[in-house]
Amino acid sequence: MVGVKRVVDYNVRVRVKPDMSGVITEGVKMSINPFDEIALEEALRIKERGLADEVLAVSIGPADSQQQLRTALAMGADRAILVQTDAAIGPLSVAKVFLKLIEKEQPLLVLVGKQAIDDDNGQTAQMLGALWDRPQAVSCSKVEVSNGKATVTREVDAGLETLDVDLPAVLSVDLRLNEPRYVKLPDIMKAKKKPLDTMGLADFGVTDAPAFKTVKVEPPPQRQKGVMVKNVAELVDALKKKGLV
Amino acid sequence: MSRILIVAEHDGAKLNPSTSKCVTCAAKIPGASVDILVLAADAAAVAGQAAAVAGVGKVLAVDNPANAEPLAAVQAPQVAKLAADYTHVFGPSTTFGKDLMPRVAALLGVGQVTDIMAVEGAHCFKRPIYAGNAVLTVEVPADAKVVATVRVASFEAAAQGGSASVEKADPGVPLPAHTRFVSRSGATTGRPDLQSAARVVAGGRALGSADGFKIIYSLADKLGAAVGASRAAVDAGYVANDLQIGQTGKIIAPELYIGIGISGAIQHMTGIKDARTIVAINKDGEAPIFEAADIGLVGDLFAIVPELEKQLGG
Repeated sequence: MVGVKRVVDYNVRVRVKPDMSGVITEGVKMSINPFDEIALEEALRIKERGLADEVLAVSIGPADSQQQLRTALAMGADRAILVQTDAAIGPLSVAKVFLKLIEKEQPLLVLVGKQAIDDDNGQTAQMLGALWDRPQAVSCSKVEVSNGKATVTREVDAGLETLDVDLPAVLSVDLRLNEPRYVKLPDIMKAKKKPLDTMGLADFGVTDAPAFKTVKVEPPPQRQKGVMVKNVAELVDALKKKGLV
Repeated sequence: MSRILIVAEHDGAKLNPSTSKCVTCAAKIPGASVDILVLAADAAAVAGQAAAVAGVGKVLAVDNPANAEPLAAVQAPQVAKLAADYTHVFGPSTTFGKDLMPRVAALLGVGQVTDIMAVEGAHCFKRPIYAGNAVLTVEVPADAKVVATVRVASFEAAAQGGSASVEKADPGVPLPAHTRFVSRSGATTGRPDLQSAARVVAGGRALGSADGFKIIYSLADKLGAAVGASRAAVDAGYVANDLQIGQTGKIIAPELYIGIGISGAIQHMTGIKDARTIVAINKDGEAPIFEAADIGLVGDLFAIVPELEKQLGG
């Protein structure tokens, strides 16, 4: 089971709304969260190695998230579920929905990106691990599945950490785990016939009330452009004037 | 009144400086009392260092062989249990805290505030979103426990000289055995730690190879600086992942940052914009990094970097 979040595309330069209620998403290119795309790719590879029977893609978001789920199906997911809501629900609510789906779907592994590049929270896997009372491995850069367990390598500040976790478990994936495949045109056509079910938050007993109140969203303070120097001698002088060397 | 518990980051022997930055953040909440929790196989040494951080009321020390390695699934139930007497639970927004704190929050049935960069009130905080391209002010409900990670680059380390009491604590909760530590590999370079270094020299894809990166190490050693890298350089295999700076790597706030052959993608800039002085060296005068650099130099880095090292010589 793979979490697929619809987010503002990686390459879009986001702008804050004039009324400071959020960022502008109207008329902006939307994509699968890049980390979730890596999670999906890993699930597909696990299936291709004969270690899983099915890959289920799940998205929680507005109706337009169907586009991202269709992309997921075109990449190779077998079926998809959209839990539709226009509210910006937080990671704890997402984890609660996932838990309900897990009870029904009984997945071997739940894979999500280590963070979504919109709210940069990085919480869903850990919160699901807690509610599910199962192992978590965050920021995985290598995943090996065998005999009811997974050996995972995670990217940590000190370098790389390897954990053994019993399955089922929830993993969040980092950039260097894999390089997601490109979607080919015939796959896009085939994906249109794959099952995509739509459900509502109420089906999971989860409300759309946010955990926190958004007071405001502002642009960040900007750094001023400094001086350009012509050569190394001028650079060393400038550093000395600032007392840095 | 706010009672704040900070979960200590440590390696079993030494307290990580991220912990005392959390203390500084916590102290911004008016009238707050601040305690530190140390979970370890033998917490005595780290608890002693935590007790010496100025502004700390007391240190809770939990000794348990299960805490020999910081496994979130093992630590979270202990933290959640001991959080009962507190209004706030903070951890650093390092890979340690990012792993642990959301699990703690979910056990407590509350959301988590990620990456506090400024304190606006006991329940109100600023945090970066969209790779730092926007700043969100959030308010946690007044009756909810606040669980949060602290963006360590936004806060100075608290002073030393405290003399907090150290108390043994026993959470007395069952701990899972489903998650097991196998190994950790890290570069022990003898160079300063990237996250806390006063000076950082970082290289990008333009270095061309792991061999090309040698001039970065050489300049860094001359300056007593830590070495960092852009994602492109890490992805290309020039350096290890733990040197990556940016949205998905480390967020740093050194006195001096020198970016060499780094174009300045948004995701990298979010990791360096708290640096006091940014120096950029790049052959492309249009590179976005120059928009944020205090000092910029356009030219061939393979000529400039050795020359810079030489001129810094005396």
